[in-house]
Amino acid sequence: MSEGRFSGEQAGVRRVMGIETEYGISMPGVPHANPVLMSGQVVQAYADSVGITPRHARWDYADETPLRDARGFDMGRAVAHPTQLTDEDPTLLNVVLSNGARLYVDHAHPEYSSPEVTTPRDAVIWDRAGELVTRAAAQRLAQSPPGIVLYKNNTDGKGASYGTHENYLMRRSTPFQDIVRHLIPFFVARQAICGSGRVGIGDDSRDVGYQLSQRADFFEVEVGLETTLKRPIINTRDEPHAEADRWRRLHVIIGDANHADVANLLKMGTTSLVLAMIEDGAVTADLTLQRPVATLQRVSHDPTLTTPVELVDGTRLTAVQLLWRYHELAAAYLDQRSPGELDPDTAEVMQWWERILTLLERDPMEAAPYLDWVGKLQLLGGYISRDRLEWGDPRLRAIDIQWSDVREDKGVFTRLERAGRFERLVTDAQIENAVTHPPEDTRAYFRGRCTEAYREHVIAASWDSVILDVPGSANLVRVPLLDPVRGTRELVGEVLDTATDVADLVRRLSA
Amino acid sequence: MAPEQIRHQRHGGGDDGLPEESGESGGQVQRQEFDIDSVLDEIDGVLETNAEEFVRGFVQKGGE
Repeated sequence: MSEGRFSGEQAGVRRVMGIETEYGISMPGVPHANPVLMSGQVVQAYADSVGITPRHARWDYADETPLRDARGFDMGRAVAHPTQLTDEDPTLLNVVLSNGARLYVDHAHPEYSSPEVTTPRDAVIWDRAGELVTRAAAQRLAQSPPGIVLYKNNTDGKGASYGTHENYLMRRSTPFQDIVRHLIPFFVARQAICGSGRVGIGDDSRDVGYQLSQRADFFEVEVGLETTLKRPIINTRDEPHAEADRWRRLHVIIGDANHADVANLLKMGTTSLVLAMIEDGAVTADLTLQRPVATLQRVSHDPTLTTPVELVDGTRLTAVQLLWRYHELAAAYLDQRSPGELDPDTAEVMQWWERILTLLERDPMEAAPYLDWVGKLQLLGGYISRDRLEWGDPRLRAIDIQWSDVREDKGVFTRLERAGRFERLVTDAQIENAVTHPPEDTRAYFRGRCTEAYREHVIAASWDSVILDVPGSANLVRVPLLDPVRGTRELVGEVLDTATDVADLVRRLSA
Repeated sequence: MAPEQIRHQRHGGGDDGLPEESGESGGQVQRQEFDIDSVLDEIDGVLETNAEEFVRGFVQKGGE
């Protein structure tokens, strides 16, 4: 794959991206069960279910040093002997999956970090693969009652929040101040599309009611490095997991975990497009908002979508109108940069974006089959009118939580989707395939296939390297993967297909 | 802001799996409103019987 695709020559939604999700975790009837230990059990249970021993394919935390990368693989000789890598904290379990993802314990939650993909559609597929991974773990754990239940949500409604983070590879040369300026208004508005909905107002649900976003009430500042306190709309963490002088990994912490395909596709796709415009200097309007943090929360608290946001120039718009502004800029940008046919991924995002904004503008409830927050609100509204409930009723909060239960029979979203009430963009077969197969067009392909084929020999892996124990070699071999678009099927598929063993693989990669 | 101002519709072609602008999806939404009771009946069977205790028991630690 040429680098050009990721440096703006082809304008559109494609870029290296991924989604990390910390799942809520609970032992039924035991509210104070240790979440760190439970999360470890989840990782262990999944590893057991697919025959992985977590001591294989562990995560490599070693700092990377810049490495030559002439052909994508510059074999580095060993940093450590295998015996030096055996210390491990049982509560800090990590496994690399054959789809290139990472499943591990992050603080007090199990986290599924998707493999790197290059399209919003693939981001949806491999994100949903994570739902099947956690479902499989929950199923296995259910064999020992009361089991452990996992939730793809972002808050307990009692003051705690845990993240669903998006990652986007960006050009290092783009001034960070441009990202801050043009992204904050977009992030304030985009929850109208990709919010997952929440019962309760305030981080600890001190007020009753319904809001668009799981996360809005947990944000306190505009820009910052923190992710666990004083959460910023724009997070400045900068670990590119790639060549740092060329790339920045924008770590987006403001999003909700999505179940609905359309919402998830638009979250990734529209954000990637806005980033492309920022990289190319194509956000020509100044959409800077007054008081963005307070506005973020006011927008979230208004499911009628009529709350105005105020620009610094005094213009007042609704969140949907602000998103239309970004859509118009994107349409003009694409017209200019890619006259004629758009690539299918970009065309799909642009069409859904327009379609959803049109529905939201006409009547937000019409977006129920497409967006998490609207579908959830529609269901809750049904209960409210049938059973004459008030917003403070615990039944509504229970539905909100159970919405995200990963179990097939218990998850409310899953039941509604199975009943055909949510638009599907990806098939069950695609998602099931993505549980065990990596994307083919990023380095996740090498990571996943190498893990699958040579599990016994993969001593550790990270986003940008795989460390192999090669029989007959005194030292470990590190395969650097600093370029996210190397290690693809196109580049290494044949070698992986035909290598006779791990030593042969290493020999041929070095050749 | 009217949706017809939006460009790029021409890129779509017809056979893209997207819902039609009016009729089809409108019908879907109509159907949804129509059978909300049957949906509630189905979800009733899924929900925790003691909602208050269930909500109280769902306690998470912060993450990230």
